[in-house]
Amino acid sequence: MIYAEILAGGVGKRMGNTDMPKQFLMLGNKPIIIHTVEQFLLVPEIAKVLIGCPKDWMGYMSDLVLKYIGTNEKIIIIEGGKDRNGTIMNGCKYIEDTLGLAEKDVIITHDAVRPFVDYRIIEDNIKCVKKYDAVDTIIPAADTIVESKDGKILSDIPRRDFLYLGQTPQTFKIKELMKTFDTLTSEEKEILTDACKIFVVKKKEVGFVRGEEYNLKVTTMHDLKLANAILEVGLNHD
Amino acid sequence: MINCHYRLHSPKRIGIDFVEEQETENTVVVRPVYLSICAADERYYQGKRDPKVLAKKLPMSLIHEAVGIVLKDPKGEFEVGTKVVMIPNTPIEHNEIIKENYLRSSKFRASGFDGFMQTVVMMDRDRIIPYHKVEDRIAVLLELMSVTMNAIEHFNQYSHLKKQTLGIWGCGSVGYVTALILKKIFPNARIVVFGTNLNKLHYFQFADATYLVNDVPEDLTVDHAFECVGGTGAESAINQMIDIINPQGSIALMGVSEELVGINTRMVLEKGITLLGNSRSSYEDFDAAIKFLENYPETHEYFEKIISEELVIHNIGDMTKAFDADITNDFKTIMKWEV
Repeated sequence: MIYAEILAGGVGKRMGNTDMPKQFLMLGNKPIIIHTVEQFLLVPEIAKVLIGCPKDWMGYMSDLVLKYIGTNEKIIIIEGGKDRNGTIMNGCKYIEDTLGLAEKDVIITHDAVRPFVDYRIIEDNIKCVKKYDAVDTIIPAADTIVESKDGKILSDIPRRDFLYLGQTPQTFKIKELMKTFDTLTSEEKEILTDACKIFVVKKKEVGFVRGEEYNLKVTTMHDLKLANAILEVGLNHD
Repeated sequence: MINCHYRLHSPKRIGIDFVEEQETENTVVVRPVYLSICAADERYYQGKRDPKVLAKKLPMSLIHEAVGIVLKDPKGEFEVGTKVVMIPNTPIEHNEIIKENYLRSSKFRASGFDGFMQTVVMMDRDRIIPYHKVEDRIAVLLELMSVTMNAIEHFNQYSHLKKQTLGIWGCGSVGYVTALILKKIFPNARIVVFGTNLNKLHYFQFADATYLVNDVPEDLTVDHAFECVGGTGAESAINQMIDIINPQGSIALMGVSEELVGINTRMVLEKGITLLGNSRSSYEDFDAAIKFLENYPETHEYFEKIISEELVIHNIGDMTKAFDADITNDFKTIMKWEV
């Protein structure tokens, strides 16, 4: 089975003066997270769409789904973890405990605040995870990326043609992900905030698919303004 | 939901626009699988339309020939995964007498509103028809076939019964499809094709005879004629048809011309010729085209012959390559849609 998990565990510390977690802010006529969930509901191969969100906002999330999507048996709202990987693990655990976990089951994890993800990117993740245990979505780095270890002077300027920017979805064979995560020490779990990096650190192959520049992450008020600016409201037959 | 519309913003420039789609109970979400480029799309892409028309219509997604699979139907009438052909003509009223494709109020994909170059397409449920037993890359030609079906229905309605020789002018895709369908629907008629390109005429081996337009036997006549030329060649083609056709024959006009066409009306009057205007197609014509493919499976390999090139489309660069390639292709350029 193929599952999706929308990662909505964050509380939007970077968004500025708003108490509302960023995934719940409006983009066009719907909250950002609803747009994101809709993209995953459209993919026939995906059996369930889990939404991992803060415990205090689970009721609110449920209300949003009912209002904008309606009753949908594919959607399951679960409690997020204390960090990104915690939310992913909660999703895996939920699948194992409640839905039953088979050897080749897959989880497609995706940031709630990347509502411009499209059908092709999700389908490419599904294809790629057949070959690899872990899949990342990336785009080539357009800008030169520099490194500074002390925050004062540059320590390195890596070759740009070797560098990419990570996006989501990130997709995993669930059993392999859980097994690999369990090998981490508590310290490693603190540092390794990116799920694909866990595989890289453990010297396991991670495949990748082409993302899109427009698959942007709505993290700041500037991002939200930009996202609203590029979104037009469709009129039937117009 | 958010959807990507790949729109022609100005000639040869395609961009992505993000649209928050308005879905209703009547909306079926379809993922395009194959799209096919028509000369009309190419005229927009190359900027060969009146600048005023371009200024009014662009930005707009091109392509009105496409098949896809159903991803979502709120009413559950179409199962997810069902293969469907998408109908570009979109009527907004019903008329007991006038066909939907001739109603001035009807809208048409990639002409009056966005065509099928989108990640997914919001289709009204009466604008899609399932198809079976047909490969997708053949089914993408259904729109073209439906246009012929529309013309044949009109022809049957208004032409006299003597149909021993049918002449088809034009050796492009429309001429090929029309000649092939006529050959099957009128098995006792002699199908004669007139064209300007010998290489393309060689594809018409199923026809009873083919002629270059400047090398037609003097004693040759046809009972009825189908004009599949359009553009600047339409005028000489129509006048040759008027010369060759037997009295009281019908000429089905199917080619689109940007310029006014001067024709020999004196001879139209003297011979009592019926000129039949044909444009686009309706739901029923698509239905007839699907039934044709199901009833005549032996024609599939013939339709496949006019797929000159198939390109897999991953991004905008691939789209522009497809439109550029189409200019030099003899027949159809189709796009396997993987954006």
